Amino acid sequence: MAADKVDPIHQFHIVKLIPINIGGYDLSFTNSALFMVATVAIASAFLYLSTSSRSLIPGRLQSVSEMAYEFVANMLRDAAGTQGMKFFPFVFSLFMFVLVANLLGLFPYFFTITSHIIVTFGLAALVIGTVIVYGFMKHGLGFLKLFVPKGVPILMMVLVVPIEVISFVSRPVSLSVRLFANMLAGHITLKVFSGFVVSLSALGALGVAGSVLPLAMAVALTALELLVALLQAYVFAVLTCMYLNDALHPSH
Amino acid sequence: MFVTSAFAQESAPAAEGAHTGTEGDTHSGTGVPAEAHGTFPPFDPATFPSQLLWLAITFGLFYLFLKKVVMPRLGGIIDVRSDRITQDLDQAAKLKGEADAAVAAYEQELLEAKTKANAIGQQANDAAKAEAETARKKIEAALDKKLGEAEASIASIKAKAMKEVGTIAEDTASAIVDALVGGKASKVEIAAAVKSVAR
Repeated sequence: MAADKVDPIHQFHIVKLIPINIGGYDLSFTNSALFMVATVAIASAFLYLSTSSRSLIPGRLQSVSEMAYEFVANMLRDAAGTQGMKFFPFVFSLFMFVLVANLLGLFPYFFTITSHIIVTFGLAALVIGTVIVYGFMKHGLGFLKLFVPKGVPILMMVLVVPIEVISFVSRPVSLSVRLFANMLAGHITLKVFSGFVVSLSALGALGVAGSVLPLAMAVALTALELLVALLQAYVFAVLTCMYLNDALHPSH
Repeated sequence: MFVTSAFAQESAPAAEGAHTGTEGDTHSGTGVPAEAHGTFPPFDPATFPSQLLWLAITFGLFYLFLKKVVMPRLGGIIDVRSDRITQDLDQAAKLKGEADAAVAAYEQELLEAKTKANAIGQQANDAAKAEAETARKKIEAALDKKLGEAEASIASIKAKAMKEVGTIAEDTASAIVDALVGGKASKVEIAAAVKSVAR
């Protein structure tokens, strides 16, 4: 269809590959699920194969894996201290999953799972759920001290506590929307500019000449999107670390 | 822009037809794209259960795989390396210490050897000097003795000669007296005369 080429929303459509319906819920294996599997498979295969030689002096690929590992380890240690290291597998999985999903989405014709709010919200809810469950498990009701900053006069508590509660509740929303909106907007922009190239070049010689500008823009945007893909994975991981720090040390 | 919107409007019925089976136009709050294609796909609740399920399955497996396989391995690699580095650094420090100790011991030995050599030299010098001194003294003593003997013999010879001088003088005197006077002077008189002259 010619329309698909210039429709920036088409790339976000969910297509059922294997329809599955259980108890009235549509649990089909879709293109989204396919790319989740691909993300996990690629990330796992890379981490597994690049470290299979266990070299003392790492090769290039092993260096990449080690860098990612130490990067996340340092991030978590800086944000949540050594106690936070018990969440290291969780944060590392999140970082690698989001990173590979974002990067995979940059390929033409590939589906970007992080451009769907439900996926990013699922991950964000997992983070906040972990924070809440672990916070109450470790500190009991002391976890609620999170909402009561130290050294604030009683009178001010009336104002401060609701603000703290609202800020806590908005965390999963901001965490998920940030990633989702970045990926969605980037991919739409990219598609729009690429669509201009196609539309303009259909208009003859003048159009082909004019399409150079959006083409250059699309190239530049691709580089920007690569940066955004990396940055958003980093931001997601960093915020996860900071929220986990709250679970470990509720009284700030 | 113009072309884009025209295509979008044209394709709207076709797209609707393709997706009629899934859901109706429930959400239309997102504006033009939503109207053209039914629900905006990322906000389509019909896809939520499936996406959440597959996210849970894939991410869960990913988490388990990383936790059980990849991370122990990566951590192991890094730990082994840092252990190896600290071990090598320790080894290097140890070897450096040994080298320093060897240098110190060498210098100590050198110093000892030097003082020893000096002492030996001094001793040899002293011994040689003492030997030379005793030899000199011995020779001096021998020479003194010889000198004494020589002086004694000279003295005895002198005395003997002096004694003989007396008799010669007596003889000479008696001969002179004999020749001059022609008389015989008694020996005793001559001896007394010589003695008085000699003194």
